[in-house]
Amino acid sequence: MTTFTPAPGAAGTGRMLAAQTRMEFKLLLRNGEQVGLTLVIPLLLEFFFNLPMLYSLDGRRIDFMVPSILALAVMSASFTGLAIGTGFERKYAVLKRLGATALPRQVLLLGKTCAVLILQVFQAALICGFGLVLGWHPAGNPIWAGLLLIAGTLAFGGLGLLLAGTVRAEVTLAAANLIWLVLLFGGGIAIPLSRYPAAAADLLRFLPSAALSDGLHQVLQHGGGFPVRDLLTLLVWAGLALPAAARWFRWE
Amino acid sequence: MSAPAVEVRNLVKRYGAATALHGISLTVARGQLLALLGTNGAGKTTTIEICEGFRRADSGSVRVLGLDPSVDARELRPQVGVMLQDGVGGYTGAKALELLELFGSYAAHPLDARDLLARVGLAEAASRPVKRLSGGQQQRLSLAMALIGRPALLFLDEPTAGMDPQARRTTWALIRQLRTDGVSVVLTTHYLDEAEELADNVIVLHEGQIVAEGSPAELVRSDAAGKIRFSAPSGLVIADLQLALPSGAQVSEPAPGNYLVAAPVTPELLAAVTAWCAAHGVLAEGLTVERRRLEDVFLTLTSSSG
Repeated sequence: MTTFTPAPGAAGTGRMLAAQTRMEFKLLLRNGEQVGLTLVIPLLLEFFFNLPMLYSLDGRRIDFMVPSILALAVMSASFTGLAIGTGFERKYAVLKRLGATALPRQVLLLGKTCAVLILQVFQAALICGFGLVLGWHPAGNPIWAGLLLIAGTLAFGGLGLLLAGTVRAEVTLAAANLIWLVLLFGGGIAIPLSRYPAAAADLLRFLPSAALSDGLHQVLQHGGGFPVRDLLTLLVWAGLALPAAARWFRWE
Repeated sequence: MSAPAVEVRNLVKRYGAATALHGISLTVARGQLLALLGTNGAGKTTTIEICEGFRRADSGSVRVLGLDPSVDARELRPQVGVMLQDGVGGYTGAKALELLELFGSYAAHPLDARDLLARVGLAEAASRPVKRLSGGQQQRLSLAMALIGRPALLFLDEPTAGMDPQARRTTWALIRQLRTDGVSVVLTTHYLDEAEELADNVIVLHEGQIVAEGSPAELVRSDAAGKIRFSAPSGLVIADLQLALPSGAQVSEPAPGNYLVAAPVTPELLAAVTAWCAAHGVLAEGLTVERRRLEDVFLTLTSSSG
């Protein structure tokens, strides 16, 4: 017979984070649209933008395309997907209930970010694999690319959670899509920053999308060395956004 | 650890121009069960959510296990189990057992999730997604989620709403065991029988004010005259009957041939009434005994608005 004699206390942070990440990841996979958004759309874009009819590019088209699609996929899953999912969880009081447990906010947000990170390992593998099929010739050190993807996930995840935790779900939905679009075209992913006037490009390169995209292009397309400035830019965004999300995130 | 489970003083809460709580005070001793009874909008959920730290009071003080819920949330939350109104909360896409295990993973010494699920009667629903559970099943899962961390104090907001009678009985038995095991409980309810069955103390809230408080027995006793009714030929000498009864009993004949004895109903009173009738050769027909239940007290207290 179960006894309910009180023995309260919070679990260790590591155990909570592991459990939270596992649950968030399972739920991500169960959410069909989410999986579609994350896995299928980038592959379709990779295929269509690789067709030489839209606009001309210098060099081999697919070698430009794969780093772009990787950046876009990170931004879609970590920013837009996470923001919208979390926004609606807040709206439907999912998070209110979690707020009444021993789970700290930081661990909830980190768990969500880690779950997206795991999803992106699969996503990156698919994009790269499909790229190879389309004739992609990767250059550079894959570890640098991996670091960029992780830093990008943390930065975009933090921004997405900050948005979801502070405004209404409907506003999150609209804003997450709009910002995604702006970053896609103005942030160096769909259109190389070299096509912009120099003054604008100097400013735009500090957007997280531009840093991620530029870093990935430097490493994977041009075989560049350790992408110091881009990695640093992303880590600064992550270092600002994640604590801000934890600070201002409201459960309800 | 000697601080009361809950101590609330002069709590005031306003929503815009409306005042939801007009300065209520209450104390729950360790190991006690308090029922907050009231109609919709009486202020039950507001009170409980302030204690849970979800809302802040406009004035007054709140101490839960000796801590301030709006300041010491980090320290308090692991010690408190919560059952929110309206469904489970938490991830509705998760399976019942998964969600319960997740909540267990937040606690240092959780109960076994599978055992607990069986205990609330959901063993067969373990792998069903939460959103496919019936309303009553969701309530039971929600209760299990509140319990799994072995809290010292539980806040249960309408724990048996939407349950069938069978499930309510099972839940009552569980809540009684919680008390036996030393868990302090605050629950809100619309159901008078629930308060009467479970509570050490009942507080009746009406329009944000405490209109009555005490043990269920005290509340029923306090202003609770019972009634004995019977029919007999009209014209009995009611003053004579009244003399034969314990002092304080009021006898009247509201309609010809219908008699009413108003007094706390005891076996002695009933015996005295029937003895007087026998002595006077009167056959008391259709004799009925009405004892006040908490329901009568509640209806009396909350029917006069304002």
